[in-house]
Amino acid sequence: MATILILGATSDIGMTIARKFASGKFDILLAARKPEQLQPLESDIHIRYGVNCRSVAFDALQYGSHSEFFSSLQPKPDISICVFGILDDEEQAFNDWHLTERMIHTNYTGGVSILNVIAKYYIARKKGTIIGISSVAGDRGRASKLIYASAKAAFTTYLAGLRNKCFKDQVHVMTVQPGFVYTKMTENLPLPKLITSTPEEVADLIYKAYLKKKNIIYVKWFWRYIMLIIQCIPEFQFKKMKL
Amino acid sequence: MKKQIANWGNYPVIEANEEYFSFPDRLRELILKENGFIPRGNGRCYGDASLAKTTISTLKFDKILSFDRQAGIFECQSGLTLDRILDVIVPSGWFLPVTPGTKFITVGGAVASDVHGKNHHIDGSFSNHVLEMDIVLASGETISCTPGIHGDLFEATCGGMGLTGVISRVTFRLKPIETSFIRQKQVKAGNLEELIRLFEEYREYTYSVAWIDCLKKGPHFGRSILMLGEHAGVKELDPKRQNDPLQLPKKKQVNFPFNLPSWVLNPFSVRAFNFLFYSKNFKKEINNVIGYEPFFYPLDAILHWNRGYGKKGFVQYQFVLPLESKRGLVEILHRISDKGLGSFLAVLKVFGKQESIISFPKEGYTLALDFPVKPGLLEFLDELDRIVLQYGGRLYMSKDARMKPEILQHGYPDLEKFKDIVRKYNPDEKIRSIQSDRLLLTTN
Repeated sequence: MATILILGATSDIGMTIARKFASGKFDILLAARKPEQLQPLESDIHIRYGVNCRSVAFDALQYGSHSEFFSSLQPKPDISICVFGILDDEEQAFNDWHLTERMIHTNYTGGVSILNVIAKYYIARKKGTIIGISSVAGDRGRASKLIYASAKAAFTTYLAGLRNKCFKDQVHVMTVQPGFVYTKMTENLPLPKLITSTPEEVADLIYKAYLKKKNIIYVKWFWRYIMLIIQCIPEFQFKKMKL
Repeated sequence: MKKQIANWGNYPVIEANEEYFSFPDRLRELILKENGFIPRGNGRCYGDASLAKTTISTLKFDKILSFDRQAGIFECQSGLTLDRILDVIVPSGWFLPVTPGTKFITVGGAVASDVHGKNHHIDGSFSNHVLEMDIVLASGETISCTPGIHGDLFEATCGGMGLTGVISRVTFRLKPIETSFIRQKQVKAGNLEELIRLFEEYREYTYSVAWIDCLKKGPHFGRSILMLGEHAGVKELDPKRQNDPLQLPKKKQVNFPFNLPSWVLNPFSVRAFNFLFYSKNFKKEINNVIGYEPFFYPLDAILHWNRGYGKKGFVQYQFVLPLESKRGLVEILHRISDKGLGSFLAVLKVFGKQESIISFPKEGYTLALDFPVKPGLLEFLDELDRIVLQYGGRLYMSKDARMKPEILQHGYPDLEKFKDIVRKYNPDEKIRSIQSDRLLLTTN
């Protein structure tokens, strides 16, 4: 039975992805900083779907530990999905380097570090799938998401490059670009209902896209066009806008 | 984040700050931080019981913790909804011990409202099947309680509308079934007298409930359909269903897409609906085998059916009268038919005996009615309240959005005891709802 590794499994999207893939009869490996929190999810998944599910400790910011973390996994996952990310208050982060740095490292450096390790293993085996969850925010830099968007832009670019690098070795890389999603990350933001997804919708779409081996998906689909329009606004105009 | 929320009756609508948690640490943090909040599940109580300026939603706290398939014992976090539970337990040959008319409620809500079902006269209410639960108090402390250990907390939490603390984990007993089907019997009653006789005649049935046309006057006053059911055995199924007797129903639902304008429901349209509902049963008696969904959850097939009552919302009125107060039932039904304020659903059920301090059920007749919110309604319901009290009855807090504190006071003889327990575990009244303030269960 195939196994999926979920990096950042205590997030709302991480937990719903776990349930979704479990319903497709995948064994589940949950990785998070506090794996002890995930015991209820382990029993939930095991009871509902009859698949194996266990949790392991993983810290995205402890780059030095990533190689050992992955080599200790037994069995090795067939799919690895990188879900972790962080959105701090941008104004505070602008004034506090620690926050800025943490946002960059969690959303970008940490992902690169662990996915490099995993990609090397998949390339050697000539098999495997990597799914990275980035954000539509990375499609264009703007004041209200200054650091977050730039880190996500870097992550999106990394995933594109990784897809290109891995292709000849039959390793598939999928980029997921969610728009607004109702999660812990966004619970204090007023989100427009019509274009906001639930974590369940995100998980459903990722699962379907995985089965179809898609390269890049927007969640939901119309975000591709919303971002296209935003990208088409000329810079001399864009810089004056409040976005 | 502030947003507009309402429970199932869409009345009242308030602005609230909704908080969520997936892990116990976060729940504790929220409880310590917030002042003046109420725990909230899926918002399927009808009135204002789970409304407050801050609500702590349990919906993301929804994991199954254990399921003993041999003994039929189920343990879960409180935000899990009954529909998800059915998906897991039915294929293993188990069913909910008690279920209300919707499966879209959380387990925490089932305990806090101490819900009842069509089998109350045989199996009691939901809390009768709860073996143990965890409650996170206003102090942030978690207490495990059973009817015997911290019994006061257990008792005041069952039907206590969330005022003792946040129910976080519940262990309860399931009921064994051979198949996922129900052997149903529907019997038409020409009037109220006949209906009450039929309830008596068929009291051995595990499940029973009646729909009453409360607009009908004259000799057919109280004409109704009595619906009875038993879990079907394998041999009672069609041969083709016998291969998979515990199959789950196919997921198909339609959505009520928008609020109906409020004029759509008027005495004529309701009368026409009631006529059709009654007349579709051509014969005096129908016997058949149907899936559990159409039997227990006919309205769940239409998501957002509450929109049928329009934007102003509706009030559900549910009371119970002691068995000897049949006359009160007649009087209330007369008032409703005279007023022409009737609703699609007037549901009558006989409750069995129940010992509890704040749960709604007690032995007698319970009637539930929907009324669209319109001018004059609240005054009319106050009139009905007086009749209910006069005959020794009481109202269901889960349905309530408007009763006066003295109505609660008179209806629940153990109310002071309940308040004492709430004060013991929620001393600063940190946990409070719009309803608890209105009913003076919380004071300042």
